[in-house]
Amino acid sequence: MNNVQKQKRANKSLPFFFKDEFKVSFIIIFISIILLITTFTFDIVPPILNRGIQPATFPKGLLVLIIFLTSIVYYLSLNKPWKIQKRLPQSFFLTLMSFIVFIVISKTLDFFLAISLLSVFVSYCWGERRIIYLILVSIIFPIIVFIFFETILGLRFPPGIITNIYYQV
Amino acid sequence: MENLSLMFAPLLSSKLMIVLIFGTLFGLILGVLPGLGPTTGGALILPFTMTLDPLSAIVLLTAIYCSATYGGAITAVLINTPGTPAAAATCLDGYPLAQKGEAGRALGMATVSSTIGGIFSVIVLVFFAPLLAQLAYEFGQPEYFALAIFGLTMLASIGEGSPIKNLIAGAFGILISTIGKDFMTSIERFTFGINELSEGIGFIPVVVGLFAISEMLTQSTLLNQVFKRVALKAVKLPTLLDYKKTWKTILRSSGIGSFIGVLPAEGGTVASLIGYSEAKRWSKSPEEFGKGSVEGIAGAEAANNAATGGAMVPTLALGIPGSATTAVILTGLIIHGVRPGPDLFREQPEFLYGIFGSMLIANILFFIFGFFGAKIFARITLVPNKLLWPMIFAVSVCGTYSLSQSMLDVWIMLFFGVIGFFMRRYGFSVVPVIIGLILGELVEGTLRQSLVIFEGNWLLFLTRPIVVTFFILSLIALAFPLLRKKKK
Repeated sequence: MNNVQKQKRANKSLPFFFKDEFKVSFIIIFISIILLITTFTFDIVPPILNRGIQPATFPKGLLVLIIFLTSIVYYLSLNKPWKIQKRLPQSFFLTLMSFIVFIVISKTLDFFLAISLLSVFVSYCWGERRIIYLILVSIIFPIIVFIFFETILGLRFPPGIITNIYYQV
Repeated sequence: MENLSLMFAPLLSSKLMIVLIFGTLFGLILGVLPGLGPTTGGALILPFTMTLDPLSAIVLLTAIYCSATYGGAITAVLINTPGTPAAAATCLDGYPLAQKGEAGRALGMATVSSTIGGIFSVIVLVFFAPLLAQLAYEFGQPEYFALAIFGLTMLASIGEGSPIKNLIAGAFGILISTIGKDFMTSIERFTFGINELSEGIGFIPVVVGLFAISEMLTQSTLLNQVFKRVALKAVKLPTLLDYKKTWKTILRSSGIGSFIGVLPAEGGTVASLIGYSEAKRWSKSPEEFGKGSVEGIAGAEAANNAATGGAMVPTLALGIPGSATTAVILTGLIIHGVRPGPDLFREQPEFLYGIFGSMLIANILFFIFGFFGAKIFARITLVPNKLLWPMIFAVSVCGTYSLSQSMLDVWIMLFFGVIGFFMRRYGFSVVPVIIGLILGELVEGTLRQSLVIFEGNWLLFLTRPIVVTFFILSLIALAFPLLRKKKK
């Protein structure tokens, strides 16, 4: 049995809403419809100020185009063997989670600390166990980047527990 | 002739030469590292260019563009992984030749053909960009609208991804450009009550997110990947027999690459694929292709480097990016207060010819660095991803934050990183989003201004010959992928 047949057979057992092309098309169309509804809340310009078309018309046209093209993609995918995507590994979800942690820490504690923690966390999750290299990516390199941006570009980083100490010194 | 002499101004300026050397070396490093490349690298270095004068900034970006495009070949030959997407076709013959113990010969051919392709395209740039700019003097708002539409429809034929998915991605890019205050009426669109979104979404957070952060997420799924590395002793110049065998291929691919580059939205990836397939079609020994043919390497490499100069033609003459990287260069121009277009050619020839000259020198520099330093650059690929990507993250975050010192830009970067990862996973290319984003304002602005001129009558678009020509070309661009599929 060739791979295509195998895939077809494997997918026949799946309800259509579990299939990737359906899920992707559904999400795109769903978000586009929400955005399309949002465009009806945009202010309307009086005819005297209106330059050609209303500000909402152009995004409306784009969203209708996206919905139309996505429907075609889904329709065309019906005749193709369903592609089974490999499951995402744990390292992906850990990296994704580190982004969320980065946002929380940079918002509440410190921007620099958030970069440091993300670096050490990602590096460790991706398999680095040597302490010296973990220190390199989490402390030494961010410090170099920080000082470089601060001195060469004259950048003022957002306040935080570590950044404040640096600026006070 | 007077303008041509301006091309050699960078040679007389030590500052520009330092920038050029740094840009070429940095570009080579970016090209060698899989996942990075001229677009991501250009976007990451853009904040640093703020400390430079406009000419030095653009010289830096173009040097990175030229050398990173070549640098991708080093990784393609030695570890069978294209350093940049434009080097994908180089893997097909570069790696098999390297496996036969001829890595030096493969890299020598890649270096020579890349340099010839690059220099050829600069000549095309020098002669065609002013001509195109002169033609653009005839353009009004409707013509620019039709041209932008042509550029967008060309997204359908971008090498990676399905044509319809590319168009969806392009429309998504334009949609992002509508976020914020409408530039004609100041009415807020898609701001959802967030004040900082009134100014719209910046280009850099989107580019860094779609390229660097999404690649970081992709790398997180490939941790068990093992590269088989081929040892390299030294790069060897092609023999006389190799030159005899490949000179026609190099010239043909240089022409193809320059032409593909000039087309809006197309870039090195498409050019190298076409250059490679044409090399195979015209070859006397097509059976050698895929098994280590020097013609295959020459065809792909001459074409992708020739696309660099070609892609700069519409970027400088019309303000329409010829590729994703030239979209970054275009942003660099705008950030530094330089408005590309016909007026630039009339008012600032020294600036333009300085860029042309520096591109020429960058091609010669990467030949020298590539020839003598490929072995060192190849060692950069030994830096493990578990160390490299956290560092890239730190630079990405600081670089994105630095442009407008806004944390919202950093959130936007992360958001687009996740979007970019899932786009790639489900077969959508991220390049059209970038092109759509940069062309979005032009499309909407010129459409609305045209409608003001036409007093709302859409049919009047069809009374202008240049507009009709671009619309016909757009239809051809849309139909081309379908015809190609049918032919297959």
